Amino acid sequence: MCPFESLVPLVDPRTDSQQSEQVQLGQVDASLRWPVLFFVVKALGWLVVGSVLGLVTAIKMVNPEFLAGHEYFTYGRFFAATVDVLVYGWGCQAVFAVALWLMARLCRTQVKHLGLLYVAGVFWNVGLLWGIGSIFLGNLSSMPLLDMPGHVLPVLAVSYVMIALWGVLSFRYRQTEPVYVSQWYLLAALFMFPWVLFTAIAGIFYAPARGVVQSLVDAWYVNGTLWLFFVPVALAVIYYLLPKILGRPIFVYYLSTLGFWTLIMFAGWAGPHFLVYGPLPAWVQTVGLVGNAVLIVPIIVTTLNHHVTALQDPRGVWESPILRFTVYSALALTLAGVVVLFGSTYSASLAANLTQFTVGHVAHLFYAVFSMAMFAALYYLLPRVLEREWPSATLIKAHFWASALGGGVLVLALYYFGLRQGEQMNNPEIDFLTVVKNAGALNNTRVAAVALLGIGHLLFLVNFLWMVVAAGWECSRDCVVRNVRAAMEVGR
Amino acid sequence: MKNLPLLYCGIIFMLLAPWCGLILASNVQFGNLQPGMSSPDDVGGPLYPQAKGGLAEQGREVYMEMGCVYCHTQQVRPASAELLELQTIKTKEGTQTKEVFLSPDIARQWAKRGTVARDYIFQDRPLLGFVRNGPDLTDVGSRSISAPDSDWLYVHLYDAQALRPGTMMPPFRFLFTVQPVVNGQPSANALKLPDSEAIRPPAGYEVVPSARAKALVAYLRSLKLDYELEEAKFAP
Repeated sequence: MCPFESLVPLVDPRTDSQQSEQVQLGQVDASLRWPVLFFVVKALGWLVVGSVLGLVTAIKMVNPEFLAGHEYFTYGRFFAATVDVLVYGWGCQAVFAVALWLMARLCRTQVKHLGLLYVAGVFWNVGLLWGIGSIFLGNLSSMPLLDMPGHVLPVLAVSYVMIALWGVLSFRYRQTEPVYVSQWYLLAALFMFPWVLFTAIAGIFYAPARGVVQSLVDAWYVNGTLWLFFVPVALAVIYYLLPKILGRPIFVYYLSTLGFWTLIMFAGWAGPHFLVYGPLPAWVQTVGLVGNAVLIVPIIVTTLNHHVTALQDPRGVWESPILRFTVYSALALTLAGVVVLFGSTYSASLAANLTQFTVGHVAHLFYAVFSMAMFAALYYLLPRVLEREWPSATLIKAHFWASALGGGVLVLALYYFGLRQGEQMNNPEIDFLTVVKNAGALNNTRVAAVALLGIGHLLFLVNFLWMVVAAGWECSRDCVVRNVRAAMEVGR
Repeated sequence: MKNLPLLYCGIIFMLLAPWCGLILASNVQFGNLQPGMSSPDDVGGPLYPQAKGGLAEQGREVYMEMGCVYCHTQQVRPASAELLELQTIKTKEGTQTKEVFLSPDIARQWAKRGTVARDYIFQDRPLLGFVRNGPDLTDVGSRSISAPDSDWLYVHLYDAQALRPGTMMPPFRFLFTVQPVVNGQPSANALKLPDSEAIRPPAGYEVVPSARAKALVAYLRSLKLDYELEEAKFAP
């Protein structure tokens, strides 16, 4: 007998399978109410903090004298803090809320032993706060996306494992067959992120590799975080929400298998494309470019499937604020495919690398693809777990337009001016100071776009707090929740 | 999907492959490079790169603390096999065809050759950077602005706008001390600031660099790509 068998009843998260489906879903939502609220409050808090930091960073590029009087406020520290707050504060915690909920819902499981989850969540946030504080005090590692000092990252990594564990446990005890495509993506994402994270922590901080191997590990980490963690979670959300809200199946479901396997097969190889023409052997750079180029296959296969599904009911998409976010994310991913294909040659990399183009690419995947999908998921799941309606549809629409325009303008401006910057930088006839001065238009655009994004995020926060604090428990028309409650009453 | 063992094994294998193929393979191939000779004939000559001295090493810490890497790169893109190429360049006078180096960084005289993995073996944190909001600094120590008798770098750190109007470089005045001149005799290391009301200290005061500013400048002066390696020769 397995020595751990006595533990099984303790962790077994299955809902009561004797009950009707609606009752089971009600149990899932009820069990996740506090964990989801816990992570969403923190994610949105960090999102707003990140927006403010991002605005200061953008202003510092226009006016270098802004907040220049003290060493706590250098541009580099603000940039690093912005990126880390958005990625680990908003991005990862949005994943915790959305992935745990989506996985539990698709598997019909509950989350048990919430104490452990909260402890891990508190450690995650305290670790992050410590890391951001260290950045402002000057303890920067100078590695993109791993800017926090080495002693903070293991805290985050261990907390992550304790949180993601519940997603994996849900999958292990799922009560539904067959497994839906969203579940594959979630499982892959939950499993692959710690792998790249632990590799990066070991290879850079605790068993540091020699010289530029560290830079390679970092590039692999940045790429892996984007394509093997954030993008798969976004895809899981799109695959879930699109058919659910439209009431139609995915157009060609069997193609989703191809999209899934090609994504996780190719994405791990694309990392070195950030370092093309850098001090690495040519084979590493070429592998990175090839890995990057073939990413077009999963992108086309997956997003065309989404677009065709959405196009069957364009009116339905337009009328649902949640689907607007969802389809925006899918469209952005298609565009990311175009960019990926464009950036996968040596000559294009010469113009694009080491310019704002790279920043634009990361912003594209993280904001336009991932964050928009997370907004959609949160707008969908919060009324269900909190048993309340969104108090204001206008605020949701305003948030959509602010995020859509702000994100779109930011990414396009970074791409366009990044390429121009690269072209001028590679023309030795143009003085470098002129290249810097020519970035003025980009810097002004960036301030406007980031301010717009900040307004959108603030509206989201206001709507959320309004919902949690002020709105009554009363549900309005066609509320799913009321039906579930009624069903539960009958079940008892 | 029904075959779940395939899903589990697939996910593990798909990440294991690039992990071995990129990370592990790179570590085996160039994770243990040693200093090398400039040319095969140079037996017994100095090996490069050479480790930096104490003050420059301290300056590296300051460079990282200030977040310089978020605007400055330390990587020179190499000149390819065909070093010289005919390129069409658009200038204000019109379009002209001329021979230029394929590596724009070298054509810009940021360095005499491209950087390779061996150049970084003594850096316990390679500071490659990822965006060039400012110029590349791999070889900044070889430029005239870094000459030991010039205080250009200090003045640039104190107030970059004074030397290069329109630059995006912020001032790092907190690395300097403004102090009264003692007995009408300015300190030896007082900055010779340009004649502009905006940045000059009040009369009777002088600006002197702090220990960290000195370390940072020592580090910048130590950044030199003035040696050849077997795998990386100077561009002609």
